[in-house]
Amino acid sequence: MKKGYFGQYGGRFVPETLMPALIELEKAYLVSKKDKDFQKELSHLHKTYIGRPTPLYFAKRITEQLAGAKIYLKREDLAHTGAHKINNALGQALLAKKIGKKRLIAETGAGQHGVATATGAALVGLECEVYMGSDDMKRQSLNVFRMRLLGARVIEVPVGSRTLKDAINEALRDWTTNVRTTHYVLGTVFGPHPFPTMVRDFQSVIGREARKQILQAEQRLPDYLIACVGGGSNAMGLFYEFLNDNIKMIGVEAGGKGIETGEHAARFAGGSVGVFQGCKTYLLQDEDGNVLGTHSVSAGLDYAAIGPEHPYLKDMGRVQYTYATDDEALSAFELLSKTEGIIPALESAHALAETIKIAPKLSKNKLVIVNLSGRGDKDVQHIADIKGIKL
Amino acid sequence: MNRIEKRFKELKAENKKAFIPYVMAGDPSPKETKKIVLVLEECGADIVELGVPFTDPLADGPTIQRAAERAIKKRVTLKRVISLVRDLRRRTEIPLILMTYYNPVFKYGDERFIGDAKEAGVDGVIIPDLPPDEAGEFIKFARKKDIATIFLLAPTSTDERIKKVAVSSRGFIYYVSMTGITGSRLLIDNSTGRSIRNIRRITDKPIAVGFGVSNPDEAKAVAKISEGVIVGSAIVKKVKGGSGKKLREFLLKLRTAIK
Repeated sequence: MKKGYFGQYGGRFVPETLMPALIELEKAYLVSKKDKDFQKELSHLHKTYIGRPTPLYFAKRITEQLAGAKIYLKREDLAHTGAHKINNALGQALLAKKIGKKRLIAETGAGQHGVATATGAALVGLECEVYMGSDDMKRQSLNVFRMRLLGARVIEVPVGSRTLKDAINEALRDWTTNVRTTHYVLGTVFGPHPFPTMVRDFQSVIGREARKQILQAEQRLPDYLIACVGGGSNAMGLFYEFLNDNIKMIGVEAGGKGIETGEHAARFAGGSVGVFQGCKTYLLQDEDGNVLGTHSVSAGLDYAAIGPEHPYLKDMGRVQYTYATDDEALSAFELLSKTEGIIPALESAHALAETIKIAPKLSKNKLVIVNLSGRGDKDVQHIADIKGIKL
Repeated sequence: MNRIEKRFKELKAENKKAFIPYVMAGDPSPKETKKIVLVLEECGADIVELGVPFTDPLADGPTIQRAAERAIKKRVTLKRVISLVRDLRRRTEIPLILMTYYNPVFKYGDERFIGDAKEAGVDGVIIPDLPPDEAGEFIKFARKKDIATIFLLAPTSTDERIKKVAVSSRGFIYYVSMTGITGSRLLIDNSTGRSIRNIRRITDKPIAVGFGVSNPDEAKAVAKISEGVIVGSAIVKKVKGGSGKKLREFLLKLRTAIK
């Protein structure tokens, strides 16, 4: 396979100004992978700072209610800062410090990656600026304030669709300008090589832990893995460790108001191959190659493209992709809150929605692991707005 | 010989530098763009760059981003820009370059794009998000039809990158004057001259400098150290005010400055 590619997907489609920085980053990353001190520091922080391993929780009540497969939740929502995003942000912050950068920038949709990067920056002592679309700032105002508390500056992006896609454009423009002093902490398995590989590796701790935990609990591997897919980092993080095992894997995209309405972010249901923000992948675009607007109730899934390893896994038939609509995600959100006492992130609620659909059809001896990628505290205000309740 | 190479050869013989203005195709309308290109030629442009609007122009600053948004609203697509060039070719022989992001080209199909562009009268292509590393097939098709592939170099480019870009480029090399996006503030200092001298050690292809050249003084300084000056955002701003007297005055001043 061509370097930096997953089959025909991936690559490094960026302006020349950034090429040397990507080459430098790739080298530094490969060195850090073999650097025992670096790995030791990272795993120490996993344990003492992030709170890893995160539990694998048997969701008994929901299992009983769905009356099918046994459902386990990988509790990334219990990681420090409330989502899996910290696994990657902390790894990249350490790496940036090591290669002598003074400043971190990041894009954020739901705000979780922004919070995680601001946290990483505070921990290692770097400046931090986070780009966020105006619409996302409105629906995730709590996270905006959290980033500010952590000492980061949040820069509003009022152009284009005013969501994640435009925040990435602005972050790339900033990086192009300040590349000598700045590291861009890309938040998902997307963008130019080495980001899709590097972010996947930082997230693959999720699957490594889950494997050990399920073996301990059930003395066998699971039958299903289910995760939501925006850019796709929590899904890659869970799936990667199990790719060579005989396990069904399902990635759940945002179906928004339904595929037929055009208001969604289901790249596989409504997209085609394109080149966007640094890589060749599946993309929601019109016939002239312009990128289409997207919609999802969850800011973290509201994005026009998908990380390039996903279409590769889809083409191979290794992972199956589906979608859940806003309404389905919202009822899964309520069900988990009331049945298990866990308020999930709206992103993760998409994975739960798929679980609710398939679990009842499976026999009771089947095992399902759902990646509960984040907690829903950030969504509380947004849910109240949807319900027309003033807090 | 391609019209771009021919023009650089003529300029060299006359000891002159190229004036390369950029306009966004379809801003304010395709009809106006045709008029404007003829005005650019009248006012002394050597080569014209036509921007192809794209929803996510990540190498561009706010001026060109907004121009692209206006053009997209007028339903200007890559296909329409190619047919605009076809119309223009009936009236002018000025070298024409398309500056586009890669996705519209990819969606159109590399080979089909090169074929249609050639047939319409396009002489060269600049694709800021397609570095030579990813352009293998594209270069092959372009060579067959003698379309110039113009790649970019930046202040951050290493010697290894310079070699790669130089080998892959035809027509000229586009030197990005700074680390940044189009329309940023230019600072021409000794390092710019040093970088260009370093590129010259490696290649004898013409070097044109762009990104941030906004007035005659800067154009003059850039012309001194290169073979050509690209002016984009500053002209796009003026075009917004129409193709009349003010635009002409500005163009003539730039032309006088670039010697």
